[in-house]
Amino acid sequence: MTDTTLTLDRNISQPIVVRERKSGQYWLWLLLAGAYLALPTFGNEYWLNAIVVPFLILSLAGIGLNILTGYAGQTSLGSGGFMAVGAFATYAFLLHLQLTFPIALFLGGLIAALVGFLFGLPSAKIKGFYLMVTSLAAQFFLEWLFLKVPWFYNYSSSATISAPRLDTFGINLNNSLGKYYLVLTVVAVLTWVALNLVRSQTGRNWMAVRDMDTAAAVAGIRINHSKILAFAISSFYLGVAGALWTFAYLGSAGVQSFGLSRSFQILFIIIIGGLGSISGCFIGAAFISLLPLALDVIAQTLFAGRVDAGLLQNIQKAIFGALIIWFLIKEPDGMARLISSWRSRLSIWPLRF
Amino acid sequence: MTLFLETLIGGLLAGTMYSLVAIGFVLIYKASGVFNFAQGSILLFSALLFVTLLEAGIPFALALIPTIAAIAIMAVLIEWWVLRPLTNRSAMTLFMATLGLSYVVEGVAQGAMGANVHALDIGIPDLPIFVGDLLISQFDLVAAITAIALVAILALIFDRTRIGISLRAVADDTRAALSVGINLNRIWQIVWTVAGITGLVAGLLWGARQGVQFSLSLVVLKALPVLIIGGFTSIFGAIIGGLIVGASENLAEAYIGPYIGGGITSWFAYFLALLFLFIRPTGIFGERTIQRV
Amino acid sequence: MTANSAGAGDQDAILRVRNISLSFQGIKAITDLSFNVRRREICALIGPNGAGKSSLLNVVNGVYTPDSGEIQYGNETFRRLKPLDAARRGIGRTFQNNALFKKMSVRDNIMTGLSRHSRTNFIEHALRLPRARREEADFTRRSESVLEFLDLRAHRHTPVGSLAYGVQKRVELGRALVSDPTLLLLDEPMAGMNAQEKAEMAAFIKDINQHLGITIVLIEHDVSVIMNLSDHVVVLDYGRKVGDGTPAEVRANPAVIAAYLGATH
Ligand SMILES: Nc1ncnc2c1ncn2[C@@H]1O[C@H](COP(=O)(O)OP(=O)(O)O)[C@@H](O)[C@H]1O
Ligand SMILES: [Mg+2]
Repeated sequence: MTDTTLTLDRNISQPIVVRERKSGQYWLWLLLAGAYLALPTFGNEYWLNAIVVPFLILSLAGIGLNILTGYAGQTSLGSGGFMAVGAFATYAFLLHLQLTFPIALFLGGLIAALVGFLFGLPSAKIKGFYLMVTSLAAQFFLEWLFLKVPWFYNYSSSATISAPRLDTFGINLNNSLGKYYLVLTVVAVLTWVALNLVRSQTGRNWMAVRDMDTAAAVAGIRINHSKILAFAISSFYLGVAGALWTFAYLGSAGVQSFGLSRSFQILFIIIIGGLGSISGCFIGAAFISLLPLALDVIAQTLFAGRVDAGLLQNIQKAIFGALIIWFLIKEPDGMARLISSWRSRLSIWPLRF
Repeated sequence: MTLFLETLIGGLLAGTMYSLVAIGFVLIYKASGVFNFAQGSILLFSALLFVTLLEAGIPFALALIPTIAAIAIMAVLIEWWVLRPLTNRSAMTLFMATLGLSYVVEGVAQGAMGANVHALDIGIPDLPIFVGDLLISQFDLVAAITAIALVAILALIFDRTRIGISLRAVADDTRAALSVGINLNRIWQIVWTVAGITGLVAGLLWGARQGVQFSLSLVVLKALPVLIIGGFTSIFGAIIGGLIVGASENLAEAYIGPYIGGGITSWFAYFLALLFLFIRPTGIFGERTIQRV
Repeated sequence: MTANSAGAGDQDAILRVRNISLSFQGIKAITDLSFNVRRREICALIGPNGAGKSSLLNVVNGVYTPDSGEIQYGNETFRRLKPLDAARRGIGRTFQNNALFKKMSVRDNIMTGLSRHSRTNFIEHALRLPRARREEADFTRRSESVLEFLDLRAHRHTPVGSLAYGVQKRVELGRALVSDPTLLLLDEPMAGMNAQEKAEMAAFIKDINQHLGITIVLIEHDVSVIMNLSDHVVVLDYGRKVGDGTPAEVRANPAVIAAYLGATH
């Protein structure tokens, strides 16, 4: 009939080349080296603390939500709540157990993962919009909890928490460079972990559940396990991001820093950056951090301070909203896709002549 | 017992407000399959516009005309710029688009009309009255009656007018409706306008009580549990859902709240909705279907 | 010897469908249906559209839960089965309307089929521990050999959503095949294909059956394909069995001719 031969149990003659995505890796190393060496040397302190640190933390939170929404396909509006869990849990470990910061941070992340796991359990039964209820339940309940139970903020009258110390195995990181390196290292390590995860069987299972869960079950994937794992891991990332946001960026914060608008912000980061893309989280976070600055500059130069701050904020809000709609219509895969298609167009550009 | 009844009735009356907001959701969901997160912002926008007009000295009835016109224009623009380009995209994408839309509407509304709290007097005294020996808010009573009247009007529109019949056709079977020549885009525009008007009514009632301000747009958050309990596609369900949420929330705050620090209305409705979901994953009035593969 | 396997005494059956009934909101899709599938045979399910063929496959691998009846697979008997349990026991499946993971690449789609063989956990994946790396290399190798077998290597990194329908059908077969199934359920694997593609697909199916010894139940409308490919044919009409036997027997069965072969389809 045809000359199709069966090669299933034979070894294939030529070795399989499994070395894709390599060229991107040099860029990654270069970027990392730049972040460790060049940025602190050339950037000024304001930039590091007011722009780069929050940008990195938001990227991390974006990765957390992207794992859940972009990879595993479970929508959540509760990111802020899980960030709060990480922050308050880390605080408790710092305060009551006097742990060194990285360990407290890790444990804080685990507590957030546990809470994420619990709120993820309904996902076994509930889908889509219905599942959004779970995440909003989490968001509002956690906000309420961290406001109403004074133990969490150690009975302080302002209902805020601030790190007693920021030492890391004896080294004091309570200065701008120290905080920057702390955040950078945590973000770099967790980004590596996230990349490993999404490129592994775990990540493929998530994407399968996202694309079509019935087919995923038929293909032998434990869909409930996959979803709940995504909830837990996502919350771990969000929890760590929340703790860093509190202790390495703001210095002290209350639960107000982790309200619903924070959840939206993280969601916007991944929509703009790209659902289902790790690099997209950084792009989206950069975008969301830089857009207000850019608008400020434009307003300054064009109207020289005649536009008041409130109006500017509303303009910014409207622009964000419009961008979200624009991206959903024109580029549902976000800026990550936009940039990679520019890159590939650029690389074949000479051929057009 | 009196306390219980008063709490219950107060909750039910407040619940009519939730119902009113939820009806707007159901209309839009039925016609265009969108869970419209921007419903709250549209409510804020229209209430804000109305108050601004009142404050400019325009009489009540006259101010309604440009407000409703603005709602209609907004509906048309939304249909052009958001719904039409996103036809055939997933419900989740549409939802996220309405999230973006809510930012646009809020930004524009507050940018143009300011973020101050506006007092609104629509002529209903907010004084409690005795009905028998129960103390009931007069305002809530009027609000409830308004809500009931609005629902009756909507029911009439849907039963008797061509637009209503077309809308039902679209909701039942979009493709069939298209094939008999119903203009889907026009239906969407009309439905979004009608939903906007129900939003305006809710916004004015609510705004009269607590001032027209940003927090009005947050009622959208209560609509989700209401819809879960009542089902996304049933106006009757939305009313029941609103009443259930309003009543149970009020009772919970009164009877459980004191023991755990109060303020539990922020999340109580969500846990209630979750409970419902576990018992009936598609809502009280939703149909159980088996996914085709 | 006939391949008629309706008899309960068939020792060699891998799958026994017993008295299955299924309805949707009161509408009967399958009524009291029984038949057996022997180990290593190719069994064709035929019948007009809406006869309940796809629903039957869905019952066999647990996507639908029957109202009554039971499924015996190997030595186990199930009243209700979950898709995951079916997959773990080696029941592979493709769907009539492709059920692929649209945004994933062809190879990633195929690799998902290996889930039931995974022995590593997410922590090993997260940290790329040696066991995880070895498993990933092994999974990649197994997927590559399936890609080669199904002539899909050129598409390895293409998102499946952008592939032609016929190619997608092959990818779906690959996803089922890579899991090393004992029983394959193929729902119209040749639908929408041209003659050459059909011939290729038929050859793949034959190969899979003969060289890998995998039992196959497939749904197909093309009578000549069925006559060539299958050892055993079960005919459905309005959710009931109207014929069961070798292709030749079925072809000669007047009830079948009346119900199906005579009818336009
Ligand atoms: N998930 C479902 N919900 C409701 N009805 C269904 C579902 N799946 C199948 N049916 C109905 O069951 C009957 C059999 O369908 P199916 O098994 O797809 O037939 P076939 O594959 O033989 O063409 C049809 O009437 C179909 O409409
Ligand atoms: Mg079928």
